[in-house]
Amino acid sequence: MPADLRTYLKLVRAGFAKQAHYRLAMLAGLGTNLVFGFIRAAILFAAVTSAGGSLGGYTVGTISSYVWLSQGLLGAIELSGRAEVGDRVRTGDVAVDFIRPVDLQTWHLAEDMGRAAYTLIPRGLPSVLVGALTVGLVLPRTPLPYLLGLVSVVAGVAISFYCRYAVNVLGFWLLDTRGVRTLYTVTSTFLAGLFVPVSLFPSWLHTVAYWTPFPSILQIPVNVLSGRDAGVDAAAALLMQGGWLIAVCLVGRALTNAGRRQLVLNGG
Amino acid sequence: MGVETSAWSPYRAVLASRLRAQRAYPVGFVLDVLGSLLVGLVELAEVWVIFSNVRVLGGLDFSAILLVFGLSNLTFSLADLFVGHLDTLPTYIRAGTLDAFYLRPLPVLGQLVTSELELRRISRIAVGAAALAAGLAATHASLDLRNVVLLVLAVVFGTAIFAALFVCAASVQFFLINGAELTNSFTYGGSYAASQPASVFPGPLKLLFGYLVPVVFTAYLPTLALLGLPGPAGLPAWLAWLLPVAALWVWGVALVLWRWGTRHYQGGGG
Repeated sequence: MPADLRTYLKLVRAGFAKQAHYRLAMLAGLGTNLVFGFIRAAILFAAVTSAGGSLGGYTVGTISSYVWLSQGLLGAIELSGRAEVGDRVRTGDVAVDFIRPVDLQTWHLAEDMGRAAYTLIPRGLPSVLVGALTVGLVLPRTPLPYLLGLVSVVAGVAISFYCRYAVNVLGFWLLDTRGVRTLYTVTSTFLAGLFVPVSLFPSWLHTVAYWTPFPSILQIPVNVLSGRDAGVDAAAALLMQGGWLIAVCLVGRALTNAGRRQLVLNGG
Repeated sequence: MGVETSAWSPYRAVLASRLRAQRAYPVGFVLDVLGSLLVGLVELAEVWVIFSNVRVLGGLDFSAILLVFGLSNLTFSLADLFVGHLDTLPTYIRAGTLDAFYLRPLPVLGQLVTSELELRRISRIAVGAAALAAGLAATHASLDLRNVVLLVLAVVFGTAIFAALFVCAASVQFFLINGAELTNSFTYGGSYAASQPASVFPGPLKLLFGYLVPVVFTAYLPTLALLGLPGPAGLPAWLAWLLPVAALWVWGVALVLWRWGTRHYQGGGG
């Protein structure tokens, strides 16, 4: 195994282990997930019933899967604009990070993958389980959607990370990224389909949403996992995620390089 | 000018300094105002997207939902303006700076509440007020004395209910470390639940948000009473007139929790 890969795998494990320390926070996150999940489920069930039992291809059973799978993934994909690299840019620690023999972006990606993997255990699986036990879910009975879904979830987590990374390295130019992060959180949660599935958007808004990476973070992984996107649709969905993955990764790298030059110019 | 001796003068001095501080960075202030405006607009868009698919949700049409959305957003963002900064309490606790508040001869809660007044929240208040006005116009609700009294009750005591939830959430922080997310489910979850037609909730949620964390009182019940609708089982419209009782209940809980919390606090050490 190349030494680089070993380093990054260690970082993934470190991210996982770090997250495992916040037990109470995990429990709190699960509680929040469940409260919001029940409210969302109640609203969307009422909407499906009010539409006569079928709404945008969703039935009560499949929209229930949508709600609880998305609540379950919420901890892993982290739609808020938070990313640790932001603190390091703000404090100037990032100057030291540039000297380290690992790539700044990939290092943080590795840690975030570990963090995301851990959140699935105390937050992801219990959310889905509670949904299944209380209101019932319609889920695929063949293994393929789960395998493709796993790939899609990993891609979604990575796209979300690259987006948050890009937002946070804006700190090279901005004194305070709070405003930008708020804008990001609001836009991403809406366009990722957290409160209302993107599939229910009016067609113009649907088009707008798919011109952004946000549906690739939540709507698409949930579609693939639940078997709503199967066969050719699933392949197209994964391809779209691949495209966004490369695009947002490159944006982050370009910003880092530009910010790095600026940091050197400032000296210190 | 003579020396001010009123009990309020320390609070006034702090608040005046906070307002001056926000004027010092006009660009940042404008961005913050726009950001919080966008939050309000996107939340409205979420409701609108549902109604672009269905005409009626939980017995209410879009114009009635505008009333629910407007009242809940107006009261939540007013409460957020007055006491929302209590959610910085965990930072004070972690950094140990809370100890300073204990040393001053003023109540800790009073000091914390008056330690900030974030004017950027006015844009969400504006979104709530605009939605409320649009809802009143669209539903043709008559603005007779009864309805005006009802609206005033809803805004005043609705704000009080949300403010008490912020105090409850902050009190719990004395016992939790890193538990800000749990308390978010009280405040932001409460605000989200308040902006929905509670008739769609299953029984346990009706009990939770109707009686235990009575956010249904802030918007849904007053809307029913305004429009003369009967309301679902378990949440009759006349409950809206008990808004002061609901506010009293959450404030009672909030103050008990706050007392426990402040007594539990052992100091930041060092």
